[in-house]
Parts: sequence; C-alpha cells; structure tokens
Amino acid sequence: MMFWRQLAVLIVELQNLLRMGRINPPASINLFSNLSGKVSRSTGSRTRSRTISPPKFRPSLIRRVLSPDILAPGAVGVLAIAAWEIFVHVTNMPPYLLPGPILVFQTLISSWGELFPSLLVTLKVTLIAFITAAISGLLISVLFTQSKWIERSFFPYAVILQTTPIVAIAPLIIMWLKNDTFLALIVCAWIVAFFPIVSNTTLGLNSVDHNLINLFHLYRASRWQTLIYLRLPSAMPYFLGGLKISGGLALIGAVVAEFVAGTGGSQSGLAYQILMAGYNLQIPRMFAALFMITLTGVLIFACLTWLSNFLLKEWHESAIKREN
Amino acid sequence: MTPTITLSHINKVYANGTVALQDMNLEIGASQFVSLVGPSGCGKSTALRIIAGLGQMSSGQLEWGQGRTPKLAYVFQEAALMPWATVQDNVRLPLTLAKMPKREAMAAVEESIAMVGLQGFEKCYPRELSGGMKMRVSIARALVTKPDVLLMDEPFAALDEMTRSRLNSDLLSLWGQLRWTVIFVTHNIYESVYLSQRVVVMAARPGRVVADVAIAAPYPRDEEFRTSLDYNHYCRDVSQHLAEASLKGSDRDLQIVTL
Repeated sequence: MMFWRQLAVLIVELQNLLRMGRINPPASINLFSNLSGKVSRSTGSRTRSRTISPPKFRPSLIRRVLSPDILAPGAVGVLAIAAWEIFVHVTNMPPYLLPGPILVFQTLISSWGELFPSLLVTLKVTLIAFITAAISGLLISVLFTQSKWIERSFFPYAVILQTTPIVAIAPLIIMWLKNDTFLALIVCAWIVAFFPIVSNTTLGLNSVDHNLINLFHLYRASRWQTLIYLRLPSAMPYFLGGLKISGGLALIGAVVAEFVAGTGGSQSGLAYQILMAGYNLQIPRMFAALFMITLTGVLIFACLTWLSNFLLKEWHESAIKREN
Repeated sequence: MTPTITLSHINKVYANGTVALQDMNLEIGASQFVSLVGPSGCGKSTALRIIAGLGQMSSGQLEWGQGRTPKLAYVFQEAALMPWATVQDNVRLPLTLAKMPKREAMAAVEESIAMVGLQGFEKCYPRELSGGMKMRVSIARALVTKPDVLLMDEPFAALDEMTRSRLNSDLLSLWGQLRWTVIFVTHNIYESVYLSQRVVVMAARPGRVVADVAIAAPYPRDEEFRTSLDYNHYCRDVSQHLAEASLKGSDRDLQIVTL
C-alpha cells in the first residue's frame, strides 16, 4: 500500500515539474523530501517560478506519457513481464512450454515477414465486418424504432443470432459459402459484432427527451425530421458505446472463424499462424501472433474511444473533461 | 391580431378512470395574459396540453376565434434543449423544422436571442449555461416563430426565487411589446397575480375551475406593485379561493397549499 501511495505522489510531482517545463536538481531533492513525508518545499519553488513565468498549458508528449493513466498500467505491465522472464529463467522452463517475453519479442521481429501479412488479412476481415456491422446495425435499429411491431417481431431473432455460439455455426457458414472463404469469415465476424450496435442504438433511439418529442410534434416535424434532428443525435452516445464493444468482438469473430476455417495459402490470417505454430511446436511464434492479436484489439478500442470522445466532446457527460 | 380561445365543456378522463378535467369552460380574449393556478393534479397542465394539441380531450370543444388555428409556442417546465446543439441551433429549431432558408432564419434567431438578453452566448452549449439562461434559450426558441399564442407550463418552477422574478419581469415587458395571448400555468399564487390580467383558480379531483379572479392593476407592473396593498389583496383573494375549494373537495392534501 505504502509503495503505491509513494508512487502516486511521485507521479503527481513529476507532472507538476513537467508542467513547469523544468526538471532541475533542487526540485528532485524536494521530490524526495516529499516522499519521506515532510512538508513539501517543491510547492514553494513552484509558486516562485510561477511568479517568474506564468505556466502555459502545453500538453507535451512527455507529459502525456507520464500521466497516471499511462504510467500506472505501464508499471504493472513492466513488472508482470519482468516477473514472467525471471520465472522462466529460474524454473528453466523449456520454450515449447512457456517462452520468456524476450524470446517472444525476438521471434516477433524475426518472423515479422510472415506474421505481418497475416495480421493484415485478419485486420481486413475485422474492419470490413465491423464497418458492415456498424452500418447495418444502425439501419436495423432505425427500422426497429419506426414501428413497435417491427421491433417486437424481429428483435428476438437478433437476440437468437447473438446467443448462438459462433464456433458452432462458423463451420456451417464456411460450408455454405464454400467458394468464398473470405466472405464466410466476414459473415462470421459480422454476426458477432452487429448485435451490441443494434441493441445499444435501439435503446438510444428510444431514450429521447419526451419534452423534445412533444416540441417536435408541436412544430409538426415529419418522421424523417424527428429522426435526423432528434433521434439520431440522442442515440449517438449509445451508438458509439455499441461500436466500442463491437470493435473487439469483430476481431474475436474474425479470429474464431479463421480457426474454424483453417484456410491455407496466401489468404491466411493470424489464427492460421497460431494453428501452424502450435502444430510445429513453435510456441514462441504462437505467443508472438497472440501478442499481435491482443495489441490490435487494444488499438481498435483506443481508436474507437478517441472517436467517441471526439464526437461527444462538446456535449455529452462521458466526454466532458471535469475540472476537479 | 391574436385570436380568442374558447374552451367549452371540456372533459378529460384517463384510461385508469382519473378525471383530470370536468366540464371546463374558459374564454380567453385576444392578447390576454391568463394564469391557471392550482395544486398538482388539478388538470392545469392537462388543459394546456389539450390547447396545444399535445393531448386529446375526452369530450368538449376547443375553438379558436377567427376560425383559424394560430401559431402556437410552448414552453415546458424543463428548458428541453438539445444538448448537442448550440444556443443558436436550439433557437433555430422551429424554423429548421419549417424548412426556412438559413439566412432568413438566422436573422430571426438573432432577434429572438436579443429579446431574451442572451447576446454573446450564441455559440454556447446548454451545459455551459445556468438554469435561468437555459430557460431564456427555451423562451427565445418559443418566440422565434413570432407566435400568436404562448403556452407556458410552469416554466420557472425549477428556478431560484431571484432568477424567477427577473424572468417574470422580462417576460412581462416582452408581452408589453409583442402582445401574444399567454396562458401561464403555475402553482405559485404570487407569480400568477404579478403577471396576469386574470387568474383562473383550479381544484383537483376532479380537476375543475373554481374561480376566475380579474387582476385589475395596470401595466407596466414594476417592483412597487409587488409590495403594494392591492397585490396583497389579490394574493389573499386567490389563496382563499384555493382554500375553499380544498375544504369543499374530498381531497385532504390540498390543504397544504392553503395559506
């Protein structure tokens, strides 16, 4: 506990220093005096320098990297990887059971030539499925909210599609679309990805401020105008929330479908690389491919979070920066 | 010329059997400022929604003088602004829905924003505004179509006393210039007396009109009026009507409202 509190203090201090745009020896001494629990003198030095030059808000790259949001999980990651490496060394674990992170990293670089094209294949399936899911999901939810009867009649089937395990139906889809495996993979990933968008967006389209609905009614707005000016903007945060869930799911769907399809040849994705590495007992390579999938998933999530914050920054509570 | 409104024998019964309005008769003259006052459940909002066409009546008749439906504007208790749109775009909404060309609309929007004293806040988002300012935006949006009739449903109920009295005075001076017919629903006796030419007192269960008090004080009404003997007299008059109605009626929680 003590360690984490000290780490937090350290991070805050570092941030303060970077805000001043200078790290000098006296400041770092203050930093340690602060850590040992004495009254902070660094605040004194801060106010002094503030009188000299008023601090400008300048979010430099270094400062952003040193924010607790990145530093804290980063520290956890580094510690975990170090522990993993030490564990592998101490127990003399053979690499075909558990390779150390350094070996995995080396493999990642040495097999980049084969792994990266596979990543692109998987990414292509993921992105096409995701974009299709986003567009079709939005259209389907708009259709649902046009009439209670349409929603009543079709929503259960959307749920059924969602609750059917993709691993179970992927072989069927791949069989049906025998001539086009690529399309089969996209269909599988789409099935997994589209439901969160439909369910979220439908909720959003139905969560419109009732006073505003009355107002639109009073000014004789058409169904179309109500949709464009009221329902869609209201549903935007929900839709974006759905996208965030679906982005990762599309990737999982693509990888699962690839596993089932086990496609060979040039059009083989990362799942195929993992399968082949497993057959050949190239476990470090398997880890390297796994790492690439995970990283891609995180990147997709980060991009969608950024998109969400960018689109909602002016008005929605989720994206507004609080001052305290 | 703004039209007259005639409500004759209007009844409203909800599906669960609640009688929201029982035989409501009311005639409102052109450019009149009329308040509907009463405890919650007396049907005052229901009456306003029926006049606005937002709710159906069970029976009865609603007639507009001169045979045409006038241009209506409605102000809700909440500001009901679109959080994703700027003040400007919120005020422009009724014109956007009427497909008015942008340039023409912007002139009207500017005028409307100036009327409620919000110049300089055109590009702000609703979250950046205080409760009173949001209400001003809501009023500007109502005024932008140059309405004949302004329907207000407890518009200032959620505001603090000082903001409320500022907005009351501003509303009165705008009414002095533009002379819409105003139907103002409130549960605040003082507010109703200060603002209106007529205070229609309503009682609950069943919702009905129990008195129609004319406030004969001349306009413009300033702060002096709020402290005058006349004002006190009118307030006591209205609250007495409310008290009598609650004593006669079967409804006990109404007595809380009496003074």
